[in-house]
Amino acid sequence: MSIKVRYFASLKESLGCDGVELSGAESLTVQQVWSQATGQITLPDNILVAVNMAYVDQTAEITDGDEVAFFPPVTGG
Amino acid sequence: MIIKLSAEAFEPFEEVKRFQKQQAEFAGAVGATSIFIGTMRDFNDGDSVVSMSLEYYPGMTERQLEMIVTEALERWVVLNVLVVHRVGDISPGDPIVLVVVETSHRGDAFDACRFIMEALKSKAPFWKKEQLASQQSRWVENNSKGYAP
Repeated sequence: MSIKVRYFASLKESLGCDGVELSGAESLTVQQVWSQATGQITLPDNILVAVNMAYVDQTAEITDGDEVAFFPPVTGG
Repeated sequence: MIIKLSAEAFEPFEEVKRFQKQQAEFAGAVGATSIFIGTMRDFNDGDSVVSMSLEYYPGMTERQLEMIVTEALERWVVLNVLVVHRVGDISPGDPIVLVVVETSHRGDAFDACRFIMEALKSKAPFWKKEQLASQQSRWVENNSKGYAP
């Protein structure tokens, strides 16, 4: 199992990197991906999550080859 | 539907002209064109802002914009839509976003244009970082309300 984790904007700055690759045998939820990638136990409520560039909630299941992105509320326009 | 992200400054009215010329097959059916232009201010939250950088998520940003426009096409009777959004470094006075909605009747043009802008503000992955006159920089954390409370 290989998962590409990406961070954007203020989250990228506060974590000090733009992402990480995770590998392992077990299937993971979004919450577990966050914990393994960042070392932080709880995914903050205001952080948005996308899997393969589509929004998901924190309970979504991640499968092999997925790209999981974490980012703060969006402020375009 | 045309969706463009631009790393260069764009001139909104030239974009509108080009869009109308390219999409001439709709010309006879168009009875209303709603145009929204969002422009960078030189102030925010009581501070003077000298420049801004706009980050985005390549691939997802375009996909979200397409989904937003597709939803508008399903909810209103719309002939065609153009969305242009800046990315990268911008200065006060620069256009940030352009939404053009062509319809046969004004109600659909106003409502679909408003819907696209409000959905873009809450769903399209763009993030603004402001450079302040005080030399500090900060991420914009929230959008202002689009609708009156």
